[in-house]
Amino acid sequence: MRRVSTLCLVVALTGAACAHQPSADDLYRDLGETQGIAAIVDGFLLHLAGNDRIVDTFADTDIAEFRRLLIEQLCDLSGGPCEYSGRSMAEAHRDMDVSAMQFNALVEDFMKAMDDAGVPRGAQNRLLALLAPMHGEIVAP
Amino acid sequence: MPGSLLQRISLTHALLAMTLLAVTHGAAAGSRIIATGGASPIEGGGGGGLSPWAVITGYASTEEFAVTGFATRVDVRDFTLSSRGAAIGWNDRLEISYTRQALDVDPLDATLKQDIFGVKARLYGHLLYSAWPQISVGVQHKRNRTFALPEALGARDDSGIDVYVSASRLWFAALFDRNVFANVTARRTRANETGLLGFGAPGESHSMVVESSVGVFINNHWVVGYEYRQKPDHLASVEENDWQDVFIGYFPNKHLSIVAARVALDEIAGLPDQDGWYLSLQAGF
Repeated sequence: MRRVSTLCLVVALTGAACAHQPSADDLYRDLGETQGIAAIVDGFLLHLAGNDRIVDTFADTDIAEFRRLLIEQLCDLSGGPCEYSGRSMAEAHRDMDVSAMQFNALVEDFMKAMDDAGVPRGAQNRLLALLAPMHGEIVAP
Repeated sequence: MPGSLLQRISLTHALLAMTLLAVTHGAAAGSRIIATGGASPIEGGGGGGLSPWAVITGYASTEEFAVTGFATRVDVRDFTLSSRGAAIGWNDRLEISYTRQALDVDPLDATLKQDIFGVKARLYGHLLYSAWPQISVGVQHKRNRTFALPEALGARDDSGIDVYVSASRLWFAALFDRNVFANVTARRTRANETGLLGFGAPGESHSMVVESSVGVFINNHWVVGYEYRQKPDHLASVEENDWQDVFIGYFPNKHLSIVAARVALDEIAGLPDQDGWYLSLQAGF
């Protein structure tokens, strides 16, 4: 907050306008920054591990690497100071033949993980709004 | 009518017993996200209170089946509608439903009855995920089991077919960071008062009507909203009006939902100001 105000002041002093807009990293902060995102992802992985409907999909997945990339991706997506370095969603799921059922099961586990981590309702919905369009790239046609 | 009251009570009990059994035995629900199967509209299948939606009933996703049963009661000034039925959803693609309606007309001490067979197919999209709305097409075949009163009022037939197209979409974080739902249904129909007053009238053919529903999810389990159902007006003897309601829906888990609504049905069969209450219970597996 302080940094934003200072930035506004500097920008205002240099003659540019400074509108009162939500800053780009609002969601990242509402998710609890990298630490909060890591907590969501860890809870998500635990739910996935116990979910018969999709656990087999991850049989050949390097879980540590998956965890690192997912944290990075969510940090990037929510406006945090990260850059996702993994493959595109389409590329990553190309030969996996993911069904709508598996996608739904995954979304449900992710929602449970956000609940477990105490993510505020509004931040949950804003993150889901960013994730939902990935359906088209992940689920096999 | 103690017989029909007994039937109503036992059906509600059966639904509750089925739900308890499913919950206590950890029966698997389908894989779709909670509340995405909608409630059970008065004509059966998946939808809102007064109108079918593009959603397929229950939570069945790829290669899954779902079964839902419901009991609904609408209590307005001079009428009581009891609607109960069952539906099957498959693969988030196809829905088949059977519904029985009984409308008590208090001033006449009479009951109007009809059965509704419904089929609905999802043609395009996913409620939560696609850029464009989920689109479904449906058919409702309605058959009167009592026709004396509708015939006396000028109805031509004791059965009819409604065809409709529905579009449903949920927008995440659309209003104060809450998820917003909307459905629009366009229906081609000859039904008088949804068919309870028969079908068609001399010199009248089909009408196109539009039904809309909007809702805001307070969280993943509670939704509040509004519905408007345009209706045809074929019978010359009595006026038929559009219907509307404000509703609150509760989805505690994937096996149970409860919807309560304040309904404004206006004038029905010459009796004005039919305002009242709507209560619906759905159990699903």
